[in-house]
Amino acid sequence: MLALVSPALLVILALIVLPVGWLAWQSIYHDGFTLENYRRVFTEDIYWRSFALTFEISLAVTLIALLLGYPVAYLANALPKGWSILVLALVVLPFWTSVLVRAYAWLVLLQRSGVINQLLRHLELISEPLALVHNSFGTVVATVHILLPFMVLPLYATMQKIPNDLMQAGASLGASPSLTFFRVFLPLSLPGVLAGCTMVFVLCLGFYITPELLGGGRTVMVSMLVSRNVELYNQFGAASAVAVVLLAGVLAIFFVVSRFISLDRVLGQK
Amino acid sequence: MMMKQSLGLGCALLGAIGLTSAADAAEQITFVSQGGAYQQAQTVAILDPSAKKLGITINQDSIPDAWPAIKPQVGSGKPIWDVVDTPTGNCLRGGEQGLMEKLDFSKIPNGAAMPEAYRSPYSVSYEFYSSVLAFSQKTFPKDAPSSWADFWDVKKFPGRRALRNHPFATLEAALMADGVAPDKLYPLDVDRAFKKLEEIKPHITVWWTSGAQSAQLLNDGEVDMEMAWNGRVSAVAKEGAKVSFTYNQGILQSTSLCILKGAPNLGTAVKFLNEAVDPVHQANLPLHIDYGPGNPKAFETGVIKPERAAQLPSEPANAAKQALMSYAWWSSPAGEAAEKRWASFMQK
Repeated sequence: MLALVSPALLVILALIVLPVGWLAWQSIYHDGFTLENYRRVFTEDIYWRSFALTFEISLAVTLIALLLGYPVAYLANALPKGWSILVLALVVLPFWTSVLVRAYAWLVLLQRSGVINQLLRHLELISEPLALVHNSFGTVVATVHILLPFMVLPLYATMQKIPNDLMQAGASLGASPSLTFFRVFLPLSLPGVLAGCTMVFVLCLGFYITPELLGGGRTVMVSMLVSRNVELYNQFGAASAVAVVLLAGVLAIFFVVSRFISLDRVLGQK
Repeated sequence: MMMKQSLGLGCALLGAIGLTSAADAAEQITFVSQGGAYQQAQTVAILDPSAKKLGITINQDSIPDAWPAIKPQVGSGKPIWDVVDTPTGNCLRGGEQGLMEKLDFSKIPNGAAMPEAYRSPYSVSYEFYSSVLAFSQKTFPKDAPSSWADFWDVKKFPGRRALRNHPFATLEAALMADGVAPDKLYPLDVDRAFKKLEEIKPHITVWWTSGAQSAQLLNDGEVDMEMAWNGRVSAVAKEGAKVSFTYNQGILQSTSLCILKGAPNLGTAVKFLNEAVDPVHQANLPLHIDYGPGNPKAFETGVIKPERAAQLPSEPANAAKQALMSYAWWSSPAGEAAEKRWASFMQK
């Protein structure tokens, strides 16, 4: 048995355990043992602000993605096979486009002389262009777009497994369609909601390109702190400490989620 | 038996490869720059002619920002790069952190002949660019902003503004807006600069992080005026955008050449350093790109025509209107503290 899994274990050791261990080591060792990097992360308010902002944005993105993604997944589930494949294809198609390209595309749409502002001005709905980008708003919009497939796909997979008989049974007992939805369908789809939300939230925590391009310099998410520590100050230790704290946060989230549903459902949807 | 023979042959082959690469090593260097149009221009103007004249091979590598890569490379004890073209501050700070070779200027006569402000114990100026006040000619068809005081004057010059998301040049601009003379900037009064920046902060639409972004902001009309690098603005203007800039109160900055500590081809690298700042090679650079030569003697070679010279940031008359950035100050403890303070300024 051990012989069979040992190649896999070696790969995990080489690609995950060693680099992460080296990262953690770097954050506590620089010419001797030091907790200075962590002291800074936990006491300097720029780090707090960044972590707080990152959580706020991730939360907003997750909620918006859920509100947008749930009806889409529901539609894909309810439609006949051919149509549902089309809906899913439309969800997955942007997923294959580079994140960078999509971020720039949003810039083209949202900026002052962008498509949306020009349209609104043309329709005389606004007299001054709206500030749609170079702030948290633009960051959230583009991030939702990029992460939406991670919400829709787990939701769809869960909904697929809900037997149609249950809804029919509800209807035959005299429940209205909305009552069957809220009393039967929605509760059964909750594992998918949790799975999708966990995926989107965790991925959003590490976002870098979108806030960098669309945040206007003010939306400083944690991953940007990591890169700035390396670029500006050449402090790999400080950058590692931030990364380790973020990683610990993610692991904590997975731990809490695993109390409610099996992690297999979050990570390995079938 | 067969096995032994092929092993022996293999060893001989390996030995031969080792020998040839050792022989080659004396004749080549690995040079790193920032890529793009800039690296192409210097290849034609400086690198190829230098390689030919010295009879060496120059292997090129490029990276937008060499600084984060330098520490791990030198730290590994076996750096791959020899010579780096990087913002002067990196050479200086790197030197102080033991990442750069200290230069022996008796072996670099071209560098020794340059003004003292243009070199450091670890580097020689290679080319100049300037952080200038750029503006849209559509928004300001006449009476354009022409000083940092104008940039700060949101009543007289209404419009959207952008600054670089970095303290370099931004603190200098703030102090000039507050009335400090360009030649009296250093040591920077950091408190005064940040106080002045707080004033303009609500009016800044974008804090840009890359040169390409700054060019795009101005080109798309996303902002009406901004601090930008002169070459980026002139490139956009050449494409037909209605934008312009002024050298008045520009902050003259340079990239320099420095040599990594423990560089594999140290001797050749020093020879190359001297050749790269040769006035004639240097004078060739602005014929290919809108950056000024690092060696002011280039303007005396006659290679750069007067009308071309007038467009360049380091041309003496243009340089006189500007502030020369003190990289020595920026790499001092006070400079590093100011740089760290920037992050908390941005997030408040």
